[in-house]
Amino acid sequence: MFHVLFKSFKTGCLTEKLPPRDATLEQAGAACREEIARLFGKSMAVRMVDVGSCNGCELEMHAVNNGFYDIERFGIHFVASPRHADLLLVTGPVSRHMQAALKRTYDATPDPKMVIAMGDCAACGGEFGVSYASCGAVSNVVPVDAVIAGCPPTPLQLLQGILQALKAR
Amino acid sequence: MTKSVHQGQLESPVVDSIPALLNEAGVPTTEMSTVKGAARVLSVDSRFWAKAAAVMAENYVRWAAVWGEHASPDVLVKAVFAARDGHVLLCTSVQETGGALPSQTPFFPAANRPERTLQDMFGIRFADHPDQRRWLRHLAWSEDQFPLRKEFPLAGTPQRDTPPDCEYTFIPAEGEGLYEIPVGPVHAGIIEPGHFRFSAMGEDILNLEQHLGYVHKGIEKCAEGRDVQGLLRLAARVSGDSTVTHSWAACQACENAVGLTVPDRALAIRAILSERERIANHMGDIGACCNDVGFAFALVQFGRLRELWQRDSATVFGHRFMMDVVTVGGVTRDISPEHVALLQKAIVQLRKELNELIPMLCEYPSLQDRFRTTGILSPHVARTIGALGYVARASHEGWDMRRDAAYAPYQGVTVTVPTCKDGDTACRVRVRADELFVSLDLLDHFLSTLPAGKINAPFQPPQTACCGLGLVEGWRGETIAYVHLDKNGTVARYFPRDASWLNWPALEALIGGVIVPDFPLCNKSVNGSYSGHDV
Repeated sequence: MFHVLFKSFKTGCLTEKLPPRDATLEQAGAACREEIARLFGKSMAVRMVDVGSCNGCELEMHAVNNGFYDIERFGIHFVASPRHADLLLVTGPVSRHMQAALKRTYDATPDPKMVIAMGDCAACGGEFGVSYASCGAVSNVVPVDAVIAGCPPTPLQLLQGILQALKAR
Repeated sequence: MTKSVHQGQLESPVVDSIPALLNEAGVPTTEMSTVKGAARVLSVDSRFWAKAAAVMAENYVRWAAVWGEHASPDVLVKAVFAARDGHVLLCTSVQETGGALPSQTPFFPAANRPERTLQDMFGIRFADHPDQRRWLRHLAWSEDQFPLRKEFPLAGTPQRDTPPDCEYTFIPAEGEGLYEIPVGPVHAGIIEPGHFRFSAMGEDILNLEQHLGYVHKGIEKCAEGRDVQGLLRLAARVSGDSTVTHSWAACQACENAVGLTVPDRALAIRAILSERERIANHMGDIGACCNDVGFAFALVQFGRLRELWQRDSATVFGHRFMMDVVTVGGVTRDISPEHVALLQKAIVQLRKELNELIPMLCEYPSLQDRFRTTGILSPHVARTIGALGYVARASHEGWDMRRDAAYAPYQGVTVTVPTCKDGDTACRVRVRADELFVSLDLLDHFLSTLPAGKINAPFQPPQTACCGLGLVEGWRGETIAYVHLDKNGTVARYFPRDASWLNWPALEALIGGVIVPDFPLCNKSVNGSYSGHDV
């Protein structure tokens, strides 16, 4: 136990000042908090829905929760059920085998809700496009409020994309 | 036919003795040279398909993969077996209409799902298969449509709305106090989709049945007609966490097919990419396993180390996952001397951190109390299933292609293969922790001996049609790619086989008797890729 406590003490606070080009991000984060307050109350609950992703986007979604980004400090947190969600963060081209599941997840999410298509596949179908197995872009299946390009979007791009989507609303 | 106790692949015969073994057992084979990249390529009459498998099983040869290729009026079927020091490719053909092959599943449970997938995608039958249910097909195309036949268009003829797959029949569980828990396809965590059907009694799981295929996006069909660059963009996205692995395997297959020699410097850089991918994923999963039993300290620490590692990847290779860096003939990015120094410094730093952290995890009683005896995969079961990578090595099956069937640049390099005996979650985490140090040593080696020279050899489209096999030890385990190029270099067939095909059944096998709340932990400790499986 001592080792664990000592290591935690030694590691210290990791939350860093974001790189210079994103110096505005802290401000945007504050603005984002205001937007969230306007749209959803005190915080925004995010439900991720993978509908055909290669899992690259999921890895970066995990990354925004690590100590360096700690997305919760902007009032954004990931939840286990669409019933608790304000925002659906959808990844992957919509495989036809997930089409019904995505629609049901969308319907299960209470209004007011937002949908963001994360990554090139979700935004436009990516490498997979429309085929016997894929419906392509998320907007072909459910209404989408915003897209975040990238393969996969980096944690910073993901944060900025969510902020922009909130502002546009 | 199989012996009661499986001796393991290290006890199997060398690959060069396989043709004689088959012939002696009454399975006539013909040596072929149509597919480059496997140690031996053997053609066998379809009547002997199952008998060949029986001979392999008797000799502890491991079953690795099966796939088809439509060449009307036949479907060519190819299976890969792994012997002591290399791979045998077994080829046969079967008529597309009414054709049936004797199933290999009775001798190798691992063949179960892949054979059912061949039925779904090509419309051929496997006689004596114990399970006639479909596997990858849900309801997006009908029973009499076969997407991987050549006449089937990529666009298909889908309905506007594909109904949910409510018709799939699970093995029923009945009895007093017994209940079923359906989970998925949309899961609670940040994780890929799939369906798990648990039969439980109180807290104990009696049986788990997986239903996968939810993220099937037609990668194999998509690849047909592309050029090799287009193929590689797909290969890099078979499974995002294994982007280097699948890219390398696909490149190896193309290079073997056309006989392209990759420069030494490019090979070393590929190994550096591959070991970096292994380290990133092992660190992420060790942290996640600990978090699944509430030990958030490790999640924070390993999340921190992984993030720093990925940032270095972005600095040196331009992408946090090093996606699209491996290309046919070599790699797209060179490493400057400054970047070599940066990577070497990161190795020193990470080794120091791990030397501090790993013993902490191993000694922490309440953590080990949750890990030990949880989700036991016995060595015998691991071998029978043909489990791969750290899942097999945690169950005392210590086979690693980098050491036992070495490909360039691992030939002549000492690769230590850590193993454990107990096959529980503690062992799977331990093996991955040990592999971190092995990979750091390998990185040290490749960075300090980086050969001079070019990083790419130009790819010339082949004069005649050709086929190649790629075999890479990814962080999940043995990864296979098969590529058939037409004479102008367009892709006629691409088949990627992720290690998850073998390790998903291992999860089903190790979960009996585990309590329901420990399922996420066991799942994470195996960490199959849904995307890599469903393609």
